[in-house]
Amino acid sequence: MKRDPALYDYLPYARRPKIEWPGGARVAFWVAPNVEFYELEPPKNPSRAAWARPAPDVLNYSYRDYGNRAGFWRMAEVMDRCGMRGSVSLNVAVCEHHPEVIAACVERGWELYSHGTYNTRYLFNLSEDQERAVIQDSIDTIRRASGQKLDGWLAPALTYTERTLDLVAEMGLTYVCDLFHDDQPGPVKVKKGKLASIPYSLEMNDVIAYNVNLVAPRHYGEIIRRQFDRLYAEGEESGTVMCIPLHPYLIGQPYRLKAFEDALAYITGHDKVWLATGREIARHFIDHHYDAFAKASHPVRDL
Amino acid sequence: MDHDRYDWSMLPRREKVTWPNGARVALWVVPALEWFPLDMKGQPFKPPGALQTAYPDLRHYTLRDYGNRVGIFRIMKALERHGIRASVAVNAAVALRYPALLKEITSRNWEILGHGLDMDHLHYEGMPDEKGVIEKSLSILGKVRGWLSPAKSESSKTLELLKEAGIDYVCDWVNDDMPYRMNNSLCSMPHSADIDDYQILVNNHHDEDEFRDQLADQFDLLYGESATQGGRIMAISLHPWVIGQPYRIGALEGALAHIMRHPGVWPATGAEILDAWKAGGAA
Repeated sequence: MKRDPALYDYLPYARRPKIEWPGGARVAFWVAPNVEFYELEPPKNPSRAAWARPAPDVLNYSYRDYGNRAGFWRMAEVMDRCGMRGSVSLNVAVCEHHPEVIAACVERGWELYSHGTYNTRYLFNLSEDQERAVIQDSIDTIRRASGQKLDGWLAPALTYTERTLDLVAEMGLTYVCDLFHDDQPGPVKVKKGKLASIPYSLEMNDVIAYNVNLVAPRHYGEIIRRQFDRLYAEGEESGTVMCIPLHPYLIGQPYRLKAFEDALAYITGHDKVWLATGREIARHFIDHHYDAFAKASHPVRDL
Repeated sequence: MDHDRYDWSMLPRREKVTWPNGARVALWVVPALEWFPLDMKGQPFKPPGALQTAYPDLRHYTLRDYGNRVGIFRIMKALERHGIRASVAVNAAVALRYPALLKEITSRNWEILGHGLDMDHLHYEGMPDEKGVIEKSLSILGKVRGWLSPAKSESSKTLELLKEAGIDYVCDWVNDDMPYRMNNSLCSMPHSADIDDYQILVNNHHDEDEFRDQLADQFDLLYGESATQGGRIMAISLHPWVIGQPYRIGALEGALAHIMRHPGVWPATGAEILDAWKAGGAA
């Protein structure tokens, strides 16, 4: 086991090359709906149980299923009204289980990126071959379902091996959402390829807000505004990134949706915000700022 | 007492403390720069903020490290607006890993407190080579006067070893609002585990407005007491990965604006407060 993942060098927020977003925007803003499939009786992983209760965990399974049956559609309408495209963090098995959901994403011009196969299949303890097979399946399935090249990665249920980011870079992906160390993109140190870390905020994530931090819906709207206001102000000096990761089973609950829509409309109503997708942010960063960031970073020594 | 580290003493019956220029409240801001190793064992207990998932827990590792890359710089801006210098508790691993960050701190003339090796080297009874751990931490940080053990963990030998290593004061004991002298002549400084962003925002799940209000209420009461009971200390314990998030930093800014509006607030480092306390004869 490593003490240090050694995936990035040190770059203090106060002293960095300036990021310039298209159109002089201060904030690159993206919304990442997690379209997920949780299996009722998944294969067991030695490092993590899928469900809190013995199988069948009817309550928790059906709570997630609500996202695809009801929550997704409501959430998508809110995003349409705000003119916001999604970058879908996709358990690719949804392509086979619920092609209707995928069609709704594709016809809106949303990006699909990989969030593994199922949210109940963890990467912990996979062999290299097994892990490559998971990534290849994502590449193939997303291509087949949407015609899109797979560019982004968020490990299923935030589970990893030591190899995960090396493998996704080697297999041609350009960005990951798995590192929570920054409000700006950054280079990821991988063995092969050029990989960018794109900020995907845990704090703005509805799962963390609702299930971990126990935030009330109207306050969730409030913290989204506060997050945006700060990043918008700081973005005058150098471009920042704000992400709202969503889960239709949570944000799509009727009592939570209005506060979210108001907050989203607040953000999209600003003029110096770039309403982007993960892929677009990564592409711009890699083309214009990656090398300067890598050069300015300080190598890290450990004890 | 049931031990001999210090003698008991009642807060309301002490000599009044005077601060420089007749200040009423000394404001002591203590951010902690922490590093949680990816392979952490959490022995003999998991410190606050410990990694949580199976290995490798990139999620919590990187979220904690956010404080060292981004969050601390928002705190710096918030303090600079009022000319406040902090006492920053630094894991030796942070100093070694991020010398550019240390440079930002020393260029601001902040005080540095020893904060152990990293968040997976807690102090506990029977730990291997505690003397070596303290010496190694201090050799990386250079000369420091104050010490905050990671997770406020101590063995029965910690205080003696810190004294031998040349430390003047410790911040581990939360039994007072004022400094006091321990029996081995180390001083204890009132670093709070309560008025702490991790405690209020993460553990208690109170929101940012509540955090701001609780800081203001803490200050208002101490400020009021100081009218009749002598100088007081307002300590604010911060974790840059918590308060340094974009949506939260405004709570600290709001509380500081409230505090600094009052006449007679003396923002100071721990060492400066301790020296004034000693000079005032209360020691």
